[in-house]
Amino acid sequence: MSTVADVIVVGGGPAGVAAAVELRRRGVKHVTIVDREPHLGGATRHCSHSPFGMREFGRLYFGAAYGRRLERAAAAAGVEVLTGHSVVSLGEQGALTVTSPRGVDMMSAKRVVIATGARETPRSARFISGDRPVGVITTGTLQSYAAFHGLMPFRRPLIVGSELVSYSALLTCLAHGARPVAMVEPNPYALARAPFTWLPRLAGIPFHCGAELIDIVGQNRVEAAKIRLENGTVQTLACDGVLLTGCFTPESALLLRSLQGVAPGSAGPAIDQDGRMQNPAYFAGGNVLRAVETAGWSFREGRRVGAAVAEDLARGTAGEAPVTVGFDSPIKLVVPGLLRRNGLATPAFQDFQLRFERRVRGCLSLELNGREVWSRKALWLPERRILVPIPPAAFKAGSVHFRFTEES
Amino acid sequence: MLQTPHPELYDVAIIGAGVVGCAVARRFALAGAKVVLIEKGADILSGASKANSAILHTGFDAPPDSLELELIRAGREEYLEIHESLNLALMKTGALICAWSGEDAEKLEEIEKQGRANGVAELRLLSASSARETMPGLAGRLVAALEVEGEHIIDPWSAPLAYLTQAVALGARFLRGAELLNGTFGGGWTLQTTNGAVRASAVVNAAGLYGDVVDQRLGFTAEFRIKPRKGQFVVLDKAACRHVPRIVLPVPTATTKGIVVCPTAFGNVLIGPTAEEQEDRVRATVETGTLRTLLQRGAEIVPALADIPVTAVYAGLRPATEEKAYRIFARPEKRAITLGGIRSTGLSAALGLAQHAMKLHAAFGEKFDAPPLIPKVSVPNLTETLERDWQRPDHGEIVCHCELVTRREIEAAMASPVPPGDFGGLRRRTRAGMGHCQGFYCNARLAAMTKGQLATSLAAGEQGKQ
Repeated sequence: MSTVADVIVVGGGPAGVAAAVELRRRGVKHVTIVDREPHLGGATRHCSHSPFGMREFGRLYFGAAYGRRLERAAAAAGVEVLTGHSVVSLGEQGALTVTSPRGVDMMSAKRVVIATGARETPRSARFISGDRPVGVITTGTLQSYAAFHGLMPFRRPLIVGSELVSYSALLTCLAHGARPVAMVEPNPYALARAPFTWLPRLAGIPFHCGAELIDIVGQNRVEAAKIRLENGTVQTLACDGVLLTGCFTPESALLLRSLQGVAPGSAGPAIDQDGRMQNPAYFAGGNVLRAVETAGWSFREGRRVGAAVAEDLARGTAGEAPVTVGFDSPIKLVVPGLLRRNGLATPAFQDFQLRFERRVRGCLSLELNGREVWSRKALWLPERRILVPIPPAAFKAGSVHFRFTEES
Repeated sequence: MLQTPHPELYDVAIIGAGVVGCAVARRFALAGAKVVLIEKGADILSGASKANSAILHTGFDAPPDSLELELIRAGREEYLEIHESLNLALMKTGALICAWSGEDAEKLEEIEKQGRANGVAELRLLSASSARETMPGLAGRLVAALEVEGEHIIDPWSAPLAYLTQAVALGARFLRGAELLNGTFGGGWTLQTTNGAVRASAVVNAAGLYGDVVDQRLGFTAEFRIKPRKGQFVVLDKAACRHVPRIVLPVPTATTKGIVVCPTAFGNVLIGPTAEEQEDRVRATVETGTLRTLLQRGAEIVPALADIPVTAVYAGLRPATEEKAYRIFARPEKRAITLGGIRSTGLSAALGLAQHAMKLHAAFGEKFDAPPLIPKVSVPNLTETLERDWQRPDHGEIVCHCELVTRREIEAAMASPVPPGDFGGLRRRTRAGMGHCQGFYCNARLAAMTKGQLATSLAAGEQGKQ
């Protein structure tokens, strides 16, 4: 069987739904969301306590309720929703191979929007030393245990990380009767801001900055974890799990294995100012572009990309080869990483989004054709979004490059 | 633990359900023997056999005229004969032994000569440029290569599962959670295990990392001592496989085959193993620094690998001994066979070892009546070389999105004749949780689906299976 749509959106989280709804609002007839889960909502479905929806729906929703709100929004807009459908591969001209309980289908569309979101980096890709017992998991997994199955993977975990999600993980533990033995952050400071960083102290849970997890012990289930504190002393903590939080990475496996590829740095697809990839039949928006922003940010980004796709359909493909935006280390990523001369009149992205690899002080500057057009000196922190307005001249420039001069 | 008696008298008790034990169980069951396979762990492949590089070797570099060479060749031949009927994968990738220095290049001719002496005909010395024609991803500093056409990649977990499944279909019994405590021989064997007593006429020690310990518990003076050799591996995302269509081997040293870069039957790329001597037979830890080095080594061999994300890491122990050779002993007076010191070539040689054990057993003077009918057995395909369940209708749903594992596959594994005993066993039988997210999406679902059915439950506070 083969389905033909105007636009297929892969992924029904905030960005994907917002894009699809916006496409319908702008009169695009056949818009289909394909999502592998049984319901829309993406990662928000299992976040039981983060409030969502204030800016996009004018009220607050929690976890699954926000997903249901997205489902209603998609239905009201006349978007075709195919849940329980996994995209297996992306073809050259917007042709997708999809598997569902019926088996394998081919689907195709004039434009495809990739909105597959982000996930946390697992233990293996973090190269953490030790045994490999049951009980070493990420926040997303923990929240699935609690939200979908009423189960807990451990009772006394060690929490690794201090991003916003780490505190959400801590709350999930406490709400479901688990008592973390400690929280550790390898950086010398917590990555999230106050008041979240007060949480461990309020809950009476030791929080160690500059502490590294150096060994996991246990043959069947986790029995202990060894941490090296900032002062060099090694502590062995008896625990029954290790909760790895944060270190989000785009869920871009589909792109990695198809012709599209991913951009170095962001590990997501390279897009131009309209959200369009190198292959102009493909667009992307939301956290697949870069890890990680809030649901609200992803929603707004998805909506803007949806608007751009609608305009692109009406206007015709921008086939021209884009210019790649260059950047120096320790800049980790720049989104959009491509610029096209013949983009839309109102681009979906007004700003470059940048992130740094590490905490660094120095001068960040933007050069067009080798000439500096923007610069700023500051202390730059990792995991913080930096916005640099895209100057209109950049779309016409032959070379666009972010430079960095570190101050000692 | 409850001492349930197992009063039947078996013809053969095999100790250890690694790849060798599973192959031996199949061989004896096919011959008509009443077989019991005793395993300390919760599942098959709980020891050395769970971690290897999944290569079906030709024996080109095995010691000349050795038993190891003979058994690799016999095992390989039988695998090639039976793999289709058991639905087991075979990737005819061939291998390139790569010389990265002039010094290494000089050794290639010698290796070729030995390979030919070992009976491996399909060998070809290649210039760097012709080698890179067959695999353009190889680093430019390649000096020369030796191509070994017959080196293949297989699924290292489904193969032993198929062997045991066939044995079970022929009436063999698989006894898990049964650590051998001691064995006494008085005309026949009485084996005390942590899961009851077993009586058998003959015994085969295929206990891998505990081969020496088991020999002692059977009352023998151990003829060898196991010296565990740890190997760490890095598995790269499937995006890597287009860069690595072939097995890339270094010029071997006296002690190890060295770091291999090869495709896996599941579509990933493997870098490893290290060779680290240790005393501990239990802990096989991965180490941050070593994993980083492996990744770097991989990128030195195939530069494009530097940009590919890591999917998994693992470590395993190989049951090395004081000597390089297999340590195989038959004790006809007590109808006992020891298959010891089966190191990295165990996967290739397992079926050959099983034939050899059968031959040794024949000298004990016991005969079996071959079963009139050999039941048709096949295992689910998990590899990218044959059709997967997600490609067929009515699979229920996709549970593990990364590896496209269906609900039907997981339910079938849980209900199979040799069901998984622990989470690792479920992963090896279905690929669930083996993909790039390593269970971020499916782990909780799997915890709910396998509740009460695995030895160590995924959820805390849940009783594991007794």
